Amino acid sequence: MAFDKMELKDIEVWDGNFAAAQALRQCQIDVVAAYPITPSTPIVEGYSKFLADGYVEGEFVMVESEHAAMSGCIGASAAGGRVATATSSQGFALMVETLYQASGMRLPIILNVVNRALAAPLNVNGDHSDMYLGRDSGWIQFDAYCPQDAYDLNFIAFKVAEDHDVRLPAMIHQDGFMTSHTAQGVHTLTDDQGYGFIGDFKPMNDMLDFEHPVTHGVQTEEDWHFEHKARQHNDLMTKVFPKIQAAFDDFEKLSGRKYNLVESYDMDDADVCVVCLGTSVETAREVATEMREKGIKAGVVGIRVIRPFPFMEIAEALKGVKAIAALDRSSPNGAPGMLFNELAGALYNTADRAMLSGYVYGLGGRDLTKKHLVDLYTELQANVDAGKVTTQLQQFIGVRGPKLSFL
Amino acid sequence: MANTGWDEFEIGAMLRTFDGKIDDIAGTLQEDRAYSPNSSFVASVADWRIEKPIFAKDFCIDCQFCWIYCPDMSIIARDKKMIGIDMDHCKGCGICVEVCPTNPKSLLMFDEHSDEETELAQWPAKEEKK
Repeated sequence: MAFDKMELKDIEVWDGNFAAAQALRQCQIDVVAAYPITPSTPIVEGYSKFLADGYVEGEFVMVESEHAAMSGCIGASAAGGRVATATSSQGFALMVETLYQASGMRLPIILNVVNRALAAPLNVNGDHSDMYLGRDSGWIQFDAYCPQDAYDLNFIAFKVAEDHDVRLPAMIHQDGFMTSHTAQGVHTLTDDQGYGFIGDFKPMNDMLDFEHPVTHGVQTEEDWHFEHKARQHNDLMTKVFPKIQAAFDDFEKLSGRKYNLVESYDMDDADVCVVCLGTSVETAREVATEMREKGIKAGVVGIRVIRPFPFMEIAEALKGVKAIAALDRSSPNGAPGMLFNELAGALYNTADRAMLSGYVYGLGGRDLTKKHLVDLYTELQANVDAGKVTTQLQQFIGVRGPKLSFL
Repeated sequence: MANTGWDEFEIGAMLRTFDGKIDDIAGTLQEDRAYSPNSSFVASVADWRIEKPIFAKDFCIDCQFCWIYCPDMSIIARDKKMIGIDMDHCKGCGICVEVCPTNPKSLLMFDEHSDEETELAQWPAKEEKK
């Protein structure tokens, strides 16, 4: 192929955006159609620079909006290329209409979502509002907690999404600024290792196969729509997890780094635990260790794959825990949080149905401090000691003014 | 097809124009192509039409304007000669009539239920320039 390879050190100091851009280079993306938006811009900017410098053989398509960006990706993917892009927040919201097209058309597009709050009020900082907005769109959703994860999960996402038994698009989420703009040591793969892990793109029903003409994006009404949606849901529920697990296993063999559908930390004998996403997982792990020094058996569960939701796996991970906190970094706007609801669903039919309380935190980039988590674990332990949830079921953390809680 | 279950068709909102591999499709006329039942070529949408075009061959100069402008490829032309209208796919939009340059026009719109022979027999005469 007509491109140069890049010599990388074993450990490079990269932020999450550059780690993702390097992964896209090593995966040799054929087409990136993108529109810039903070904080995800450096990902596609990085790809376009690698392309201009001769490190990728591909096409960068500049478009007039995120709706057009994903539409361009859909066209390129249907044509038969390896396709990726990146976005955040308002751009993600503008993409939503096309996200459902991409997944319904079973196109293995990879979307790096650098999580950011949704306006109004306008805000460029990290929370999970955009991530939550995509959760019913039929995409696979991976969650990175740090730049290393953002790098690794791109390779895993391509391997899973492009599998002919899966053929579903996938998002890799990383927290705006906290991951995307925080440089850390990232263990690298060589170009050959990275590309070798995902292999050459294998087209399926591609429009550029002129000997087998296909029409993509057809219309179906009440006679067929339900069957297509049922098939897509079936494949998300039954086919995706085995492929993700296989990809995790292969990746561990290649890199030594192990990923799980549900990441459990200090959970073997935990009485109290926090379930969360993104960078908060790492903060919570640190606090859990400190709580154990104070005699509170604290643990952390991080969800690595948000969609499909690891319903059984999370119930298993939470077995034996007495009090659980679900941390949602998105305003539920009139309901319990998404994680609270999903956990309630996963735990309701279990024998030791643990005490579950929900916390809303970190909106618009508000910090989740260690002090917040110390208080939270202390509250969970108080629930255990009292044998019931002693607070209201939904509390806000870190918001100014009188204490805010509901339910 | 009507009783196909959710697990019995290919994934994706995708339909194949032909069953299996095809060769030299550009060199094969539409009527000679083995379209699959999924191709819209074999599906009639004639019932979408309220008005239909009727073609009066005597006045046609084979300029091919109608063939170029038809948005549904429903003008049938062979060897650069207009030979008729594909009434299974024509939606009756009237663009062919609009662009027809002859005097009188070689294509005119009529009610879907009107009789072709009757209308051809009373086709308008040439309009004199004033």
